[in-house]
Amino acid sequence: MSDVQEFVSSVESLEMAASEPVATKRYVARQLGHLDALESEAIHILREVAAECTNPALLFSGGKDSIVLLRLAEKAFRPGRFPFPLLHIDTGHNFPEVIEFRDLRARELGERLIVRSMEDSIRQGRVVLRSENQSRNAFQSVTLLDAIAEFHFDACIGGARRDEEKARAKERIFSFRDEFGQWDPKNQRPELWDIYNTRVHPGENIRVFPISNWTELDVWEYIAREELEVPRIYFAHTRDVIRRGNGLLPVSRLVQPKDGEKAENLMVRFRTVGDMSCTCPVESTALGIGEIIAETAITRITERGATRMDDQTSEASMELRKKEGYF
Amino acid sequence: MSAVESISFDHAELLRFITAGSVDDGKSTLIGRLLHDSKSIFEDQLSAITHTTRRRGMEGVDLSLLTDGLQAEREQGITIDVAYRYFATPKRKFIIADTPGHEQYTRNMVTGASTANLAIILIDARKGMLTQSRRHAYLASLVGIPHLVVAVNKMDLVGYSREVFEQICKDFAAFAEGLKLSNIVYIPMSALNGDMVVERGTKLGWYEGTTLMDFLESVPIDHDINLEDFRFPVQLVCRPQIEELHDFRGYMGRIESGFISVGDPVKILPSGLTSRIKEIVTYDGSVERAVAPQSVTLTIEDHLDISRGDMLVKTDGEAPRVTKEFEAMLCWLSEQSLDPRRKYLVKHTTRVVKALVSRIDCRVDINTLNHEAADTLKMNDIGLVALKMQQPLVCDQYQHNHATGSFIVIDEVNNNTIAAGMICPALG
Repeated sequence: MSDVQEFVSSVESLEMAASEPVATKRYVARQLGHLDALESEAIHILREVAAECTNPALLFSGGKDSIVLLRLAEKAFRPGRFPFPLLHIDTGHNFPEVIEFRDLRARELGERLIVRSMEDSIRQGRVVLRSENQSRNAFQSVTLLDAIAEFHFDACIGGARRDEEKARAKERIFSFRDEFGQWDPKNQRPELWDIYNTRVHPGENIRVFPISNWTELDVWEYIAREELEVPRIYFAHTRDVIRRGNGLLPVSRLVQPKDGEKAENLMVRFRTVGDMSCTCPVESTALGIGEIIAETAITRITERGATRMDDQTSEASMELRKKEGYF
Repeated sequence: MSAVESISFDHAELLRFITAGSVDDGKSTLIGRLLHDSKSIFEDQLSAITHTTRRRGMEGVDLSLLTDGLQAEREQGITIDVAYRYFATPKRKFIIADTPGHEQYTRNMVTGASTANLAIILIDARKGMLTQSRRHAYLASLVGIPHLVVAVNKMDLVGYSREVFEQICKDFAAFAEGLKLSNIVYIPMSALNGDMVVERGTKLGWYEGTTLMDFLESVPIDHDINLEDFRFPVQLVCRPQIEELHDFRGYMGRIESGFISVGDPVKILPSGLTSRIKEIVTYDGSVERAVAPQSVTLTIEDHLDISRGDMLVKTDGEAPRVTKEFEAMLCWLSEQSLDPRRKYLVKHTTRVVKALVSRIDCRVDINTLNHEAADTLKMNDIGLVALKMQQPLVCDQYQHNHATGSFIVIDEVNNNTIAAGMICPALG
């Protein structure tokens, strides 16, 4: 039984005592938990984008946060169609299971998926890498900004959360970007109540983060509640990994053991699914969503601390990337 | 799914709060203490700040570093904006809007306070009530934060003296009375040593009230939302171009306050036309009733011309005002001062209209609360003004309904949000 149905039946089984209408209303209102509050806030945000922006897009990577975004978009716009296409910036370093999942989900929804690839940006000389195997995370911005220019997007909806990272904690839900796609942390528009300022001039854009106020645990609880499918690499599986720094790196065409390192076959799962060359899995035995929630509730390491090598290079990595147009 | 249910926080309530105080009051230390003692600090965060504490030549762990954010701030040792932090206990989920005390305090505090259920006002026990404590109390009352905690901090530096604490409580209460602030709780504490934050500690045996954390976990917040007056600003009209739904016309939006059931008579404003609710549609199926703050899609019995910016209300009960002018308290947020000759944009619920500030009644000196004559409002000023709109707005006074009583002012030239407004009661 879904939460809404449960909510309704709890309302209906209640004696609507005429003498106590206020108490009754309070009882009903209390049935809404934090996930309902977060969900309603996100739906409200998505509908504001649809109503006020001319040409929005929703960034969908196949990762858990953007999977949640898609369900929220269904809740916001069904029985109608999405008022925006899905956009994925393919780094060429994605996990194959995630790309497969991305295409499957877009097909199931019957919504338009636009893929723009960093390989093309590299071929066009727009992105220059030091080596083939280096992390491409930071360079996504170039391809993303090119896609924004190509389609004249004035708003990009993303699944970033404020609990992920310090720089994100200071970002608005409607985050203004200038014509170079830059974020200026010192000069953000004040955001009061839930009245959002969506206005931009041509060439500028807004990044919109409907799940800003969600935590990693909220995301998993919502995935459980909504019975959402996720790529299978989120669940524990055995994989060849190399211990490097504080993390485990998955062996792939991009990452091979260096001298003195050796691959181990361990039971792991991914907490985030990003660039294969720098996204680390964690040791885990969680085979189901319930077990993932249990592990998430008691984990002692932050999501990015455990899984992203590129965020550990400098205290300000995310802040610097965002200033250059990263989502 | 039993594993999920056994540990799920699914029905936890969400409490949003703000902390007001300057670095010197120990605000960052208090937030650090709350997070640390509730085990909401992760090991990698703790090791990062331990590392930074050592690099700065200090010992132990400086919990205030946890709330440092951006590189620009670290370089300059300041906090430049509102940061949001999240933690949970088995009883509740918390969102802290952490606003700096020094710079742009009015702008930042009003921003953080606008979505808060509760404010913690920090007072340094050694210094007692200061001008800034009055300022914080005034802003909390202006924005209508339902619950207030006065945290008398640094009790360790006054020998945990009961007399000192009680004097501060008395001073604050006297001031708060003039502001019509109620629901105030006073807690003595030492954020540095952890007394009365999460743990009771051993030094404040004479204090019989709750710890800060106990209070945050238990203060009833379900009364904070207006459940009396149904207000539904239309965000979008849904007309799916699909064969089997070609007659479907749904009004999408969020219930900002109150309650709605299928069959309820409703009025559409500003037109004043009436109809009845036919269906309450959600992605999970149709429902009989819905309540604020749910986002839903409503259909009505009649074919009426309804679009974004219109508001559905119940025909019985308190009616909102439909007006082209009102008085409001404006908090000015921009470096460019208010220019009464200029037209601005006002965004109120889902409606954006052109507006003119037709009169500036006064500016409030937030240190003395004196009302002064003014011909403009500058950044961080608060003033009472009259506004004239090009089209009517459907509104309530802010005190009764935050969602339909608040608005923002946008500069059409640079698109910045330049002021926040709270609508005052109608005159006469």
